[in-house]
Amino acid sequence: MNIQDYKGVFVFAQQVDNVLSGIALELVGKGKDLAKDLDTEVTAVLVGSDVKGLADELAEYGADKVIVVDDPELKEYRTEPYAHALSSVINEFKPEIFLVGATAIGRDLGPRVSARIHTGLTADCTQLDIGDFPINPIPGREQLHNQLLMTRPAFGGNTIATIACPDFRPQMATVRPGVMQKAPREEGKKAVVVEFNPGFTPNDKYVEILEVVKAVSDVADIMDAKILVSGGRGVGSPENFKILEELAEVLGGTVSCSRAVVDAGWKPKDLQVGQTGKTVRPNVYFAIGISGAIQHVAGMEEADIIVAINKDETAPIFDVADYGIVGDLNKIVPALTERLKAEMAAK
Amino acid sequence: MKIVVCVKQVPDTKGGVKFNPDGTLDRGAMLTIMNPDDKAGLEAALRLKDQYGAEVTVVTMGLPKAEEVLREAMAMGADKGILVTDRVLGGADTWATSQTLAGAIRNLEYDLIITGRQAIDGDTAQVGPQISEHLGIPVISYAQKIQIEGDSVIVERQYDDRYHVLKAKMPCLITALAELNEPRYMTPGGIFDAYNAEITVWGRANLVDVEDSNLGLKGSPTQIAKASDKVRKGAGEKVVLDPTESVEYIIDKLKAKHVI
Repeated sequence: MNIQDYKGVFVFAQQVDNVLSGIALELVGKGKDLAKDLDTEVTAVLVGSDVKGLADELAEYGADKVIVVDDPELKEYRTEPYAHALSSVINEFKPEIFLVGATAIGRDLGPRVSARIHTGLTADCTQLDIGDFPINPIPGREQLHNQLLMTRPAFGGNTIATIACPDFRPQMATVRPGVMQKAPREEGKKAVVVEFNPGFTPNDKYVEILEVVKAVSDVADIMDAKILVSGGRGVGSPENFKILEELAEVLGGTVSCSRAVVDAGWKPKDLQVGQTGKTVRPNVYFAIGISGAIQHVAGMEEADIIVAINKDETAPIFDVADYGIVGDLNKIVPALTERLKAEMAAK
Repeated sequence: MKIVVCVKQVPDTKGGVKFNPDGTLDRGAMLTIMNPDDKAGLEAALRLKDQYGAEVTVVTMGLPKAEEVLREAMAMGADKGILVTDRVLGGADTWATSQTLAGAIRNLEYDLIITGRQAIDGDTAQVGPQISEHLGIPVISYAQKIQIEGDSVIVERQYDDRYHVLKAKMPCLITALAELNEPRYMTPGGIFDAYNAEITVWGRANLVDVEDSNLGLKGSPTQIAKASDKVRKGAGEKVVLDPTESVEYIIDKLKAKHVI
């Protein structure tokens, strides 16, 4: 591999049902920043069936170039044909950076592609920078410039690691949705559109799709929620979660809970936040009647805003809350819901 | 049917995290558990064994101490345990780890390989799909339901807003979600047998079709530039107000942050 041959920042423009996913535009935005630092271009790679029409939208959000891989085999996401599409694009166009969204699709596709082309892949990045590796000069060791430095949380959120991929190209990362910013849309902006089809011949690795079930499962995925209204043992009873559900509804949020609530059988495990449950990063996390054991905090401390309501002023949840209210949740939560309803109605 | 399950011994992150001077994890210094997604994968394999009859072999890569998770797996009902351990395998990233595990699995017969979706220490979700790529078999990740039909496996595969019912010809690799099932407990008889059972230990020499340049820290394309303890953001404001004032306080903050 001659590293000098690899140029440009490429991003996987994920689409589902021929609608671009939010992460596609976020990656174009971030890719544009990185490309500027490297004095190069950002290219969006659009993969699907009948998707060429989406190229303009990618251009308006900042893509300099769009590579379209269009084939009937690519209609619904399947690992093998999509991995074949991306690896073929990488082998043909040789990008120095390739970004993929850390979505259910991207986290399946990224590893398969990186293994096929033999490069490193850093998962779930929350920050990407161009810089030197090693970060500080080490005597007797060459310091490489213009490297992609990929930063991610690890070990249950206890640490932050910055990773480089100095000897292989492209430098690949999956990027957590909702972290990077879209660029402002420039109506009418055009990109160079290149069509590329490496050929798709089904083999045993092409799994067969028997059914696509779009009905959202009975519980919304709390990992996707922008607003979580989370209850703990302090809520008192399964029936009393109704007041949390009403608050969630008025905010367009979702109810989640602590482990104590799952252990008591009040709520299913799908809704559990914490070390043995799910790690969530909503914009707002309401911790209601949750004491805030470290195992719970590990699953929610990345939330942008944490609002805690608890009658015990010594509860450890107040150590991580941005806004802590010492008081009776049975009085505050219903009143808050009513007040928010009035607020929303006034808009 | 033969099923290989890959499991990982992971630090129980609530016990705190410790590093070696080179920035890699000091696994020897932490309390450990069987990774939860892997345990769900093992449970799925054991249910297939109960239903269809199968031989379940559990493979782990790690320090000699990782033998503990193999004994736990066998106490739950797995038939064989294989520990892949060697000094030259240390410091591996997901590329080198998946090369190692693929190299070990090439010694085995299998219809299905089941791994957890991701480990709670790294959270990468890469090793399963990468093993399948090295072995040239299909992968179905994020499985929420698994059934066997003839020489194929039928899996419900979870996505953000939907699921696919997928059919793949075996051999196939599946990655399991912790939500897939509730893992069984070890039985007293199982614990007794597992304590006495023989664990197969493999080193570098037992890995098939793997180059040295793809193993351990040296074979890892990704390198740690910097690792640090997370800076916790710490406490914000705490107020004690009557309910009406509390509500106004929250409303003000949500407005200031443009939530409403």
